[in-house]
Amino acid sequence: MQKTWKNLEIGNIIKEPGSAREYKTGDWRSQRPEWNEEKCIKCGACYLYCPEAAIRMNEEGHPEVDLYFCKGCGICSRECWTGCFKMIPEDEAKKTG
Amino acid sequence: MSKRVGMEVSLAVSEAVKMAGVDVVAAYPITPQTHIVESLSELIAEGELDAEYVCVESEHSAMSACLGSSAAGARTFTSTAGQGLELMHEVVYVAASMRLPIVMAVANRALSAPLSVWGDHSDVMAVRDTGWIQIFCENGQEAYDLTIWAFRCAEDKRVLFPVMVNLDGFHLTHVVEPVILEDKEKIQKYLPPNKYPLPLDPRKPVTMGAFGPPNIYTEARKAQEMAFESTLPVIKETLDEFGKEFGRKYNLIEKYKADDADTLLLTMGSFSQTAMEAIDRLRANGEKVGLIRIRLWRPFPFEDFRKAVKGAKVLAVLDRAVSFGGPIGPVASEVRSALYSLNDRPFIASFIGGLGGRDIYPEQFIYMIKRAKELASSGKHIEYEMIGVRE
Repeated sequence: MQKTWKNLEIGNIIKEPGSAREYKTGDWRSQRPEWNEEKCIKCGACYLYCPEAAIRMNEEGHPEVDLYFCKGCGICSRECWTGCFKMIPEDEAKKTG
Repeated sequence: MSKRVGMEVSLAVSEAVKMAGVDVVAAYPITPQTHIVESLSELIAEGELDAEYVCVESEHSAMSACLGSSAAGARTFTSTAGQGLELMHEVVYVAASMRLPIVMAVANRALSAPLSVWGDHSDVMAVRDTGWIQIFCENGQEAYDLTIWAFRCAEDKRVLFPVMVNLDGFHLTHVVEPVILEDKEKIQKYLPPNKYPLPLDPRKPVTMGAFGPPNIYTEARKAQEMAFESTLPVIKETLDEFGKEFGRKYNLIEKYKADDADTLLLTMGSFSQTAMEAIDRLRANGEKVGLIRIRLWRPFPFEDFRKAVKGAKVLAVLDRAVSFGGPIGPVASEVRSALYSLNDRPFIASFIGGLGGRDIYPEQFIYMIKRAKELASSGKHIEYEMIGVRE
């Protein structure tokens, strides 16, 4: 739950470590990467190049994008050898679900 | 036993800081504040005061060092004036927003250019909205008393805001006055040890001064403003306690022969004492005039102020700073806002004077009262008039 002005610590002191994790940084994204399984060769270039570590490789060797942190910079799409990432506008992605 | 001695007011301030048993002083010398920190550094060097004196390269660093020591729970003092206060400006805000109970004496000084080391209120007006509790002294005794009070108030767990003790540069800092110095035991009784609730402590780590993204900044500001407003009763309470303990009573708004007055003069700081002389002269002629002095500038005591001016028909306000391109003097502007919602409010005449060390004499205060009455009866509206300027 989001804090109100009444339950902030004095001087906005933060007592719990790691609270920055609660800050969703993916919400200023204007484009998101859409992955195409057929083209993927499991090379992991996207995983290595992602500057935010928002891509992890799953057990099958496929990339998974964490949209909570992904800023939509498009580096994965640019660096992918086979072009399996396509950047699509965020409002379009939200419309199609 | 307390003792009455003649001393320079700057030294009375450092004596108060010594008696408060301060832990850290971080300051940079600047006229007209220099004697305060100079004498503190001597007291520390001679072992009369067991504290750390942090020599810094600027006022910006002085206030930054104060943030650190206050955050660690140390009783912290600094002092500055004029350009020095402006150089530390951004850190002045941080001290208040982080709720650190630092005490700072400001020897009020004009701002450049032209370069002036002499007194007026330009420096403090520029830090008006920083969130510090700001109080004004009129004489040496008040500078001593209110410095002791400042620690008591700032460190109260219902307050936890920094306090700025304003004393006019030269007109107060460099004059020798009789000052009653109090007993250490009595001061210690009034001023318990500083206990900051969440200090920097490696056994219990916390994050201070963190990043505040848009989803929390508004809440942080609202919390600060609400907490700041709620310090008013505590400021009153701690001043009352001071009165009980030491026999000198201070109010947020001070009055002089004001109760039955139809015309009031309003001042802030040491010029109030000259204004009293003018009031006495006019009273001797049977005129119903009085004086209102703003002691607490921030948070502004709206209720006390409205009560103090109730019944008056004319209010002549003296400002010692110019708000370039603004409406009237900064104090007059504040007062006008405070009275705007009332149906029965006095006519306000704004005067600006006493700039950059220029004196104001009782005759000039008498002129302001007469001129204000004249403007009120003619219904003529002028923005403000500058006192003592050569045309």
